[in-house]
Order: sequence, then structure tokens, then C-alpha cells
Amino acid sequence: MIITTAKKIDDVLASVGDKRNIFIVGCGSCAKACKTGGEPEVLAMKEELESRGRHVTGWIVPDETCHMNLTRKLVMEHQDEFVRSDAVLVLSCGAGVQTMSALFEKTPVFPALDTGFLGNTKRVGDFVENCSLCGECVLGETASICPVTRCPKGLLHGPCGGMDDGKCELDKTRDCAWVRIYERLKEQGQLDKMRTIKPMKDYSRHTKPSSLNIGERARSKL
Amino acid sequence: MGKLKDKLLGGEFAITAELCPPKGADIAPFVRKAQLLKGKVDAINVTDNQRAIMRLGALPAAIILKQEGVEPIYQVICRDRNRIALQSDLLGAAAFGIENVLALTGDQITTGDHKTAKPVFDIESVQLLEVASGLNRGVDAAGHELKGKTSFFLGSSVNPGSVPVEPVVIKMQQKIETGARFFQTQAVYDAEKFGAFMKCVAGLNVKVLAGVLLLKSAKMARFLNENVPGVQVPDALIEELEKSADPLKTGIEIAARQLNEFRQCCHGAHIMCIGSEERTLDIIERAKELASVGA
Repeated sequence: MIITTAKKIDDVLASVGDKRNIFIVGCGSCAKACKTGGEPEVLAMKEELESRGRHVTGWIVPDETCHMNLTRKLVMEHQDEFVRSDAVLVLSCGAGVQTMSALFEKTPVFPALDTGFLGNTKRVGDFVENCSLCGECVLGETASICPVTRCPKGLLHGPCGGMDDGKCELDKTRDCAWVRIYERLKEQGQLDKMRTIKPMKDYSRHTKPSSLNIGERARSKL
Repeated sequence: MGKLKDKLLGGEFAITAELCPPKGADIAPFVRKAQLLKGKVDAINVTDNQRAIMRLGALPAAIILKQEGVEPIYQVICRDRNRIALQSDLLGAAAFGIENVLALTGDQITTGDHKTAKPVFDIESVQLLEVASGLNRGVDAAGHELKGKTSFFLGSSVNPGSVPVEPVVIKMQQKIETGARFFQTQAVYDAEKFGAFMKCVAGLNVKVLAGVLLLKSAKMARFLNENVPGVQVPDALIEELEKSADPLKTGIEIAARQLNEFRQCCHGAHIMCIGSEERTLDIIERAKELASVGA
């Protein structure tokens, strides 16, 4: 899931400026799980804005704010409230914010969250980054422990000189990703995988902005 | 052929030192130190924004050494430049006749003085060695033929004190496979452990220059033990420094002893006297004295 954190309310208001009538949009997926954009957070934002003299014209929490089609339909149901708004404040990841900005040409849309990373959920409200969406998965060579993400330098070839007693120099409570990979490969009788020279990453494979249309892709393969 | 390569490949013991380029445009003190060390060591490393502290570049610093008649070891790290910039700088180095290149990944940004900068790490030490070896063959990282080959003598670093050491040795092998001919190590104080490491890499057919880091006080030794990965100053040395009326002199004595010990077990020594590089000479002189009296 996409991990988000709330911006400081003063920073949010600084970008919103003097816009008075504000519509709030949350997100029923990732931001809900991060407790940054579910119904409780949307209502808390409403209260906060009202206590600062703003008028909240309405609010919605789409199931997945990043889903442009579904979200558009929900927005249509609240068209009257949007018409009375001079700003939209979105409590979702950057993808959700841009679902909204794609729908409104003239009404400015503002983010209330910062978008962090793709997270694994360890337990409720406790997330960790294990995958950086690098576009060239190396897990098959690294005992399925990602060095691109779990090593702060993203190294593809073994531990750096900062490794100490199997821990990372930057955070002594954290295992060195490469020592974990080494131990796991050794355990699995695959240590040879560690010895191979990995090719330089191909950054042309994730030139931004990325897009994928499964239908078109299938047709192009015919 | 450079003096360092000549000596190492000829089986002679090589001594290298290290100079940190200035934080600022005033190169006078850097040049002064280089002149002081000239002729006393076989080559001098110029560090590349070490510890992620922004300084004058390693390439111009290496060129300055060259112009001063000192053989440089140009340190190149991957933190601040992508593969295009790295190759471009390496070609620049070759154009100025720089041969010794120490290919490193580089310290994390967060250790330095520009903590909000973007870390690059487009490639890393092993791949940088591969790229530099390609330049030696006249081919760039994308496979294009170059007009004129480089003739770099490539090296890298290794931390013999790392635990566990096996993944570190595997990486060392990868560095050799991609072109490293010599290694300069992190500071070594535990002779026994280092001896075991040297046995471990004996079959690798590579030259190892052991790191000698001048201890200036017991406090510094304790700091290293607590903060520098893989560095363990034994209690006996800390005690020696503690009891000394002149800890710096004692530190020079310890470094000189180490220098002589390394003559027995590896191919060279890399002397680091961070901030007081002139002490490099005292260490070398004292080591000669000790050797001549058979101490």
C-alpha cells in the first residue's frame, strides 16, 4: 500500500491561501489504513478548517481515490457542493490528488498529505518499505530480500565498508541487507548468486511518466 | 608506468598517504602538504568529498598533485555522479596522465554537511571498476568505442575488520574480477585478525595496502572503537596512549611499529593522518629507526 503522512496544518493552509469554501476528499484505501485520509481524519480536518474560519462545503471518501473512473462518478453525485467550493483539499496520496485535479480545470486542488513509499504492513499502523518499484526486480538473485530498498545505498554487490557486526552503519538496530542476503543464500545453498556481477540498472525502463494499458499491450503482442 | 604500480607489481613494499582537498578555493595549504610528502611516499590519495562533506573536487586535486610532481591516487565515488559524469571525469583524469584510480561507492549523504542532497548511486564500486576497465579497453559503459584508451591502475577499498568477513571477501573477489589490482584497507590495529584476513585473501593475487591511522589520543582510539565500523583498537594500545605524557608521540610510535609489522604480512601501507598529514613523515622516519635497531 502507499504510505502517506499528514502535512502540518499550517503548511496546508499556506498553500490553500485565502480560499474560504473548501471541499474535502479522503481515500478509503491506503490513506484510510495509514489513518491519514479515512473518514475520521476527513472529519477532523473539517473541524480544524471550521475552527479556523473556513467553510467546508462537503466531503467524500472514495473507495480508491486513485481510481479515476470510480472517483469521478462519486464526484458527480456531489456536483452541487463542488460548484460552491473554491478549493478542493485531498487527504490521499499524490495519485489521488491528481485524480481530483484531472476533474477540475478551474477549482484549485491541494494536497493535505505527503506521499512516502510503497509499504508492507507489519501490523495495524506499522509499515515498512521493502520494495522501491525500481522496475527491474533483482529478488531472484538476492534470496528475495531487496538490496535496492533495504540497503540505504541500494547496492547490488555485497555489503559496504560501513557494515558492522551484521548491522548497517546508519542505523545500528537495522540488519545490513547484504548480510541478511548472504546468510539466506548460504542457508539455501545459493551463495553462487552472490558472486555474479550484476549489470548496471537500466533506467530507461522506468522513464517517467510510466503507463501501462494491459489491453493495448496484449494486442501489440498478437 | 607509475611508481605505485611499478613497486606493487615488482613485489616491493609501497607506502601511500592521503590528502583531503580543501573546503574552499584556497589550495595553498594543500599544495604545501603535498610538497612536504613529495618523494617520501609512493603516491598520495586525494579523497572525493569524503564523509559526504563538500570540498574541492578530487579530480582537480589529483591534477594539482600531478603538477607538483607527486603521484596521485584519484579516489572516485559513485554517490554524487551518474555513469556519464563518472566516465567523463575518468577520461579527464587520463588526459592529465593520472593512472591510479581508487574506485569506491562512497559514504552516505547523511554522514555529511549537505544532508538534504540527492544520493546518486547510479552505479557502485564493483560496476565502477567494470566501467573503468572498459575505458582501459577503449569502450565506454554503453559499449561505444572510444578514441584513445585509458591506462588506469585500478584499486578499491576493503574493511578487513568487518564481521562477518565472508561477504566482504566475496565482494573483494568481485572487485578483482572487474579490474581491481590493489586494495587499501580501513585502519587496522588488530594484527592477529588482519593476519587471518590476509591468509583468507592470499590466493586472490592482489596487492593489499594496510591502513595505518595515526592515533592522537586515547580518546580518539575510543571514539574509533565506538563509531567506525570494523575498527577495533586493542585495550593495550589505548592504555599505552592513556599512560603516555606525550600521546601524539606515542601514537606515532604505534603507527611506526604497525608500519614495520605490515612489511611482514602485506604489500604496502596506507597512512592516514587526518588533519596532520605532516606526521606521515614522522611515522615513516620512526619506522626506519625502529627497523634499524631491530626493534
